[in-house]
Amino acid sequence: MSDDRHPAFMPLILVGGLIFGFGLAYSHMARPEVVLDFLQFEDFGLVFVMFGGAAVTGVVFVLAPRLLGRAPLTGDTFERRLKSFDRNVLVGGAIFGVGWGLSGICPGAAYASLGIGNVTILWALAGMFLGAYLQGYWRTRSETRDTAVTGAD
Amino acid sequence: MVIEALPLQATAELFPNGISRYAVGGLLVGLGTVVIYLGTGISAGASTFLESTLSYVSDRSRFQQYVSSRDWRVVFTLGIILGAAVYAAVYQGGAWTTDVQPWRLLLGGVFVGIGTRVGKGCTSGHGVCGVGSASKTSIAGVLTFLAVAIITAQLVSALGVSP
Repeated sequence: MSDDRHPAFMPLILVGGLIFGFGLAYSHMARPEVVLDFLQFEDFGLVFVMFGGAAVTGVVFVLAPRLLGRAPLTGDTFERRLKSFDRNVLVGGAIFGVGWGLSGICPGAAYASLGIGNVTILWALAGMFLGAYLQGYWRTRSETRDTAVTGAD
Repeated sequence: MVIEALPLQATAELFPNGISRYAVGGLLVGLGTVVIYLGTGISAGASTFLESTLSYVSDRSRFQQYVSSRDWRVVFTLGIILGAAVYAAVYQGGAWTTDVQPWRLLLGGVFVGIGTRVGKGCTSGHGVCGVGSASKTSIAGVLTFLAVAIITAQLVSALGVSP
């Protein structure tokens, strides 16, 4: 599968990540203090980071499917990022909100934070991996149990 | 004169550090996302990396579903780290470290890890890609985590925890 990939696939992902990470550092969102200042209504600048980013993707996500055929490196069609809505979106969002408000850091900003030399952020990264593992553990187990119950029926 | 100065003063209070660093940074975050999208059709979010990387060490189906994307997600994350390092080298003049207490980072990180994966996305997946897609699911997700984060941060601050 990965053998079939276009030779420019990984380099492009790297370049995209570089710009993305540089932008997060430039915006100061890689600093938990700045995010906490925003959440405590002391500096509203962070609004421009999310909406600035969404404005760029918004224009391209609308134009690309109409003007361009398929993605050159994968042959895939251009689609918008649409995920199905259910209770998990709200429950997960609320749990994420508690974590974001407590720590001042989200996943992408945490990777960028490491890049600006903030080794202390390894605490948050360790926590994120632990949290991701815990939910995977719980959800795999409950799926197995659900299947077993259905199977018994 | 006083009346004319009022809007400026209000702006300075809302944005004590100006807006250009935030706006330019946000546009670059969008640009990085768009570069990957235009080449591959992928709208990349940052938090899936947590689960896809766990697939290297765990056989659980929750993580194994990301096996096909786990290698490029590692490269994407390395790119984010390196890009931020370039910023630090050019503008920051060395390393910067946070004063936010480790227990807040660790405990908050656990909630972020659970919540982003249960909630189908984080600030980049829902916030930048999803809102850019005008996805109602993502807008609901963003409003939820933003509101709860504001309440949490204000509560923690009111309890005297700083930083």
